[in-house]
Amino acid sequence: MLGAGIIKGMAETARNFLGSYVSAERLTTVQYPEERSPQIENARQFPFLVFDGDDPMKGLRCVACQICEKECPPKCIYIVKSKDKRVDYKGQAQFYPATFDIDLSVCMSCQICVEVCPFESIKMDTAYELSTADRFGGLLVNKHQLAKSNEHYRKFHPTDAAASDGALAVEVAKAQAKAKADVEAKAKAAADAKAKTAAAQSTPAPATA
Amino acid sequence: MTLSFAIIAALIIAAATAAMTLRNLVHSALAVAIAFAGLASAYLQLGAQFVGLTQILVYVGAVAILIVFAVLLTRGGEAPEKSVFSASWFWGAAIATSVFALLACAINHSFASKRALPPQPSATVEQIGQDLMTKFVLPLEVIGLLLTAALIGAVIIAMRDESPKSKIEDGGSKMDKTSGPSSILHPPSSSGGHQ
Amino acid sequence: MPDLDQIFVNLKHWLLGQLEGILSASWLELVSILLSLVPILIVFPTLFAIMTIMERKGLGRIQNRYGPNRVGPFGFLQPAADGIKALIKEDLVPRAADKVVHLLAPVILVVTAFTVYAVLPIGRNMVVLDLDAGLLFFFAVGAASDLAVFMAGWAIRNKYALLGAMRAVAQMVSYEIPLILSSVAVVMITGTLSLPEIVMAQSTHFGFLPDWFVFTPWGFAGFLLFMIAANAEANRSPFDLPEGESEIIAGYFIEYSGFKFALFFLAEYLSLFAICGLGITLFLGGWNAPFAGLEFIPSWAWFFLKLITLMCLFIWTRGTLPRLRQDQLMNLAWKFMIPMVLINLVAAALWHFTGPGFMRWLTSGALLIVAHLFLGNPQFERKDIGKRTYRFAE
Repeated sequence: MLGAGIIKGMAETARNFLGSYVSAERLTTVQYPEERSPQIENARQFPFLVFDGDDPMKGLRCVACQICEKECPPKCIYIVKSKDKRVDYKGQAQFYPATFDIDLSVCMSCQICVEVCPFESIKMDTAYELSTADRFGGLLVNKHQLAKSNEHYRKFHPTDAAASDGALAVEVAKAQAKAKADVEAKAKAAADAKAKTAAAQSTPAPATA
Repeated sequence: MTLSFAIIAALIIAAATAAMTLRNLVHSALAVAIAFAGLASAYLQLGAQFVGLTQILVYVGAVAILIVFAVLLTRGGEAPEKSVFSASWFWGAAIATSVFALLACAINHSFASKRALPPQPSATVEQIGQDLMTKFVLPLEVIGLLLTAALIGAVIIAMRDESPKSKIEDGGSKMDKTSGPSSILHPPSSSGGHQ
Repeated sequence: MPDLDQIFVNLKHWLLGQLEGILSASWLELVSILLSLVPILIVFPTLFAIMTIMERKGLGRIQNRYGPNRVGPFGFLQPAADGIKALIKEDLVPRAADKVVHLLAPVILVVTAFTVYAVLPIGRNMVVLDLDAGLLFFFAVGAASDLAVFMAGWAIRNKYALLGAMRAVAQMVSYEIPLILSSVAVVMITGTLSLPEIVMAQSTHFGFLPDWFVFTPWGFAGFLLFMIAANAEANRSPFDLPEGESEIIAGYFIEYSGFKFALFFLAEYLSLFAICGLGITLFLGGWNAPFAGLEFIPSWAWFFLKLITLMCLFIWTRGTLPRLRQDQLMNLAWKFMIPMVLINLVAAALWHFTGPGFMRWLTSGALLIVAHLFLGNPQFERKDIGKRTYRFAE
């Protein structure tokens, strides 16, 4: 009969209306400035630089290799290498970035800079409430604003942080093994040289006697 | 000749003049609607409620819209390039004035204008209804027939536009049926065209 | 204890009595007219503001979300924010637009929307203008608003707005016929076109039930048809194709901004209130209380209670039904509603000429049910389209 479907539909919406006052799971609205819906673990917004330890500038993992600057599709990263070197986590002397600027208004959150970084030093952050009233320079962040600690990284992306810590630990272990092998080789070479000089010294003696 | 009648008459004449002289056809259609509304207020001023309100309902509410649709659906939307006054306006005005003078003389000297005014008839809706059903029932039915004929004519004119469409449907189904090897087994049937 | 029912009437008479010594007779008449009009100009726009927030919150709850809840407690000051926004927005007039008609269209729409309130009986003895042909006045002025809709669409010189306006006018003109004819059944039974008298004719009681026309078979069918036609006249969902909020944003008044847009919005809701008021007057007994025991609630309060109930019904319908396409709307008007409304007239006549008793319910009701079943079924079945044929590009 014409109109039966309409009546069924109106009963359904009446149930929606009355049910929204009674049961809490009907209204799924998140009241935004007071509450925020939680982000999933793999959420990514804009990059940040990881530092180990307490001092951001001393512990910055970035060595200014400029790979991310070259790989960035919209070219939003600007790096100026420093003139001097400092020691990194592996014990080697590396450059560090004197200037590391990212223009967040250009960044498209593609994560390519994270994927190509060999030093696990640039990762994606989850902060999104970055609005500013300054249209021209407000979203240009420098390395002081970008540096966030490893603890922060562990808090927001625990699996990724664990993976990068693992990769770094592997690197450290490799470097240490290499260093040990170097020391052993050096010791062996020194021992060989000493043996060779000792042999060189001892062999002419029977010739002259 | 009260003040209200003078105002209403001035409004109607102004609207009608505007309807004649405005360049844009839709503007003149709207001026005609204002003239209709003025006429309705003239009826209301004379105390004929039913006629005045029906004038608004039918003329402003339907006829004006019909005129506007007709203007739009034909190519009348553009402003005309030449002036709305024709080149021979003098002779036109002279003829119109002479006809008006003739008619005015005839009416003024006629029998009807010398008689005393008859008493104002009661024009309540009930009275009109009674008259329509008893004294004027034949004109009412004839008007009904006329309107029915107009409606059927409109439907027929609108329906006639459907025949080119069914030709396209037939052509489409023919192309579809004969383009495959199965056309030998299945001769093109008339399932595409609803005749 | 002042008579709450007649409080406004008594207030007006008291004020006129106070001014009688001071002003002359014609000024007194002017003051009397103003005292009747100004309450309408205050109450109905306030009701409009209340309805916008009720609608947004109601629709929100139907759609499992909150409505606006930021401005004021639970969002109830949202109309104030909307009003301020509408007033301070820049009034854009497109360069090619017709300035005079662009200005006049919302003005005429609002004027006709307000004018129809002059004949609505809001309470006992509370009607601004007791015309003999009050119902005809209502429909006549309502019909004049169609022209304003067309003017609105045409003035912008925008093809799409013009198409929207033409569809809107076609819709409004088509649905006027069921609107008027369904009220003609009431006029037939009561024998008068004057609205206060139609309300008085429904003030008796038939045993337990009040004598409202909605409790008769033809009155019920007439009421439903009237409400559907009212929905269509006010361009409300499911008939809001000319407006089409989610598709063509605002259809024929898309290029209006700021105050003129607010005027269109106001005119739409005001005409909706007016048509609902007319439906209440014709079918739901106007300002009459349903049961004799509830007479202590004033008559004007009953009118507004019924009006708010009908508003909620409209909001509910809007939240439930999808929008009708233009040809579906037109088919509904011409192929279903007009035959139905004519058969309703015959049913009302049968009701009148069969004497009082049980028989008239049977005959009238049976005719209407059979007509509904017969008219409703065949056309709304899916047409037999046949095997799907394809045309490929050669």
